[in-house]
Amino acid sequence: MGVEQKLGNMGVVTVTLENAVNWSRTNAMWPMLFGLACCAIEMMAAQASDFDMSRFGMELMRASPRQSDLMIVAGRVSKKMGPVLRRLYDQMPEPKWVIAMGDCASCGGVFNNYAIHQGVDEVVPVDVYVAGCPPRPEALIHGILTLYEKVNAMKFVEKNK
Amino acid sequence: MREQIEEIPVGQFRHLVSERALNGETMLLNMGPQHPSTHGVLRLLLELDGETVINCIPDIGYLHTGVEKNMEAKTYQKAEVMTDRLDYMNPIGNNLAYVMAVEKLVDLDVPPRAQALRVILTELQRISSHLVLIGTWGLDLGAMSMFLYCFRERELLLNIFELVSGQRMMTTYFRPGGVWRDAPVEFEAAVRDFIKIFPRRIDEYERLLTKNPLFVDRMVDIGYLSKEAALSYGVTGPNLRASGVNWDLRKARPYMGYEQYDFDVPVATEGDTYARYIVRIEEFRQSLRIIEQALDKLPMGPVHSDNRKFVPPPRAEIGVSMEALIHHFKLWTEGFRAPDASVYSAVESPRGELGVLMAGDGSGKPRRVHMRTPSFDNISAISEMVKGHLVADLVAILASIDIVLGDIDR
Repeated sequence: MGVEQKLGNMGVVTVTLENAVNWSRTNAMWPMLFGLACCAIEMMAAQASDFDMSRFGMELMRASPRQSDLMIVAGRVSKKMGPVLRRLYDQMPEPKWVIAMGDCASCGGVFNNYAIHQGVDEVVPVDVYVAGCPPRPEALIHGILTLYEKVNAMKFVEKNK
Repeated sequence: MREQIEEIPVGQFRHLVSERALNGETMLLNMGPQHPSTHGVLRLLLELDGETVINCIPDIGYLHTGVEKNMEAKTYQKAEVMTDRLDYMNPIGNNLAYVMAVEKLVDLDVPPRAQALRVILTELQRISSHLVLIGTWGLDLGAMSMFLYCFRERELLLNIFELVSGQRMMTTYFRPGGVWRDAPVEFEAAVRDFIKIFPRRIDEYERLLTKNPLFVDRMVDIGYLSKEAALSYGVTGPNLRASGVNWDLRKARPYMGYEQYDFDVPVATEGDTYARYIVRIEEFRQSLRIIEQALDKLPMGPVHSDNRKFVPPPRAEIGVSMEALIHHFKLWTEGFRAPDASVYSAVESPRGELGVLMAGDGSGKPRRVHMRTPSFDNISAISEMVKGHLVADLVAILASIDIVLGDIDR
């Protein structure tokens, strides 16, 4: 199944470099193993057997930011954690993406108070917001697929500007 | 504007580390807040002599959420939503501790069916919490398949929670005076299915881990906590019971009708990491026993108190009764008033004694809500447990304490 069947015996496929690179990026995206709060448990559930995120190329989570290209901010970001989060983001190599998982990371959620950043976009740029408190694993997977659409549409020039 | 990470000068923790750290003989190492084995955003400052841990200082607060302060601005019903997110492995148990405090404060009775439903769901949640623990524990020690097996069973439990409440994790199903609504007809069969499946699954876990030499070598005689030390640090729950103290609030100070159920409190005397594992595996079985008994004698009847001053009327009544409409409106706008008094009520959470101190001031909102969370006391004993062990053992010890950062930092 896949590309070799479509090609038959031709052995050649033409594709733009942009598409090829973007396609390979979406199929080998390594998220950073970075759980903050409740959503991290659902993120673990999304990795576990029932939902199995490795179907989407997320075979392994990297604990080191230097080996990962996707940061899933799973949970509330406190004022004390904010700078740490930013440092982790800065350590990730380009290109990198951020998913704000859950209401707390997206907008502060139920915690409208002194201790919590009202959305992780105060600290790092966010590509996809996933709603829910906590979002179901399906919702997270949908968020990731939405991110893939974004990655597939990426232009080299824009990103390196 | 970007806040900087605060660099703490050595002088500030001089009193916490030994003299040798200051003259460079031992090494100060930072573990966390982003570390795969800290089970959340915990930072540990380690003083190391080679690979040996001399001292371990937990730095907490990376998940400080201000829950207690936020609750002061909400009515008693609405503040309950906050409690779900405290100890996010045990949302239902947190709800129970909270609603019990509210019920004690305003002197509200809970009908027997609601009590039994609460017991069943709290015990299911206990199993689910231990499943996440054992799964991640296995992951930390290199038994990846445990993680997959435990999360497989956890999904069965989450399906039950979703069935009764509509949410997988943050259910807010218990309400002051009872539960949100009666459990659907499928509930009993779903729980019975789980009770049937799960004992075999526990045996499966045990076959994988309990006698596995790779696992046992990492656990036996690691992280010893004596009975006296555990008591003096205020350690509660399975950690205390693994140190040989038979103390379980469900037995010692029964609530929600726990006195009618026949179950044992698993106690181990070794006090090491392995004992803490054994106690939790045994708690799976005891929780199943409680669930089965509660399900067998699940009484029929109402699921919330009929005291309309505190419990909103059913939807059907609102259309036909003016009084019901008034009660509904009053309860969901300004809530109910609680007396100027303070109460403390505690439950046995999967991690230990979860207490709620609640002070009313005569208005519709609490003056102060304070949580006595078990993880906070349990983590304080870590420096006692890790002394003299290797850094690799620290991972096993940390997993065995079963900390939840939302529980510590609140």
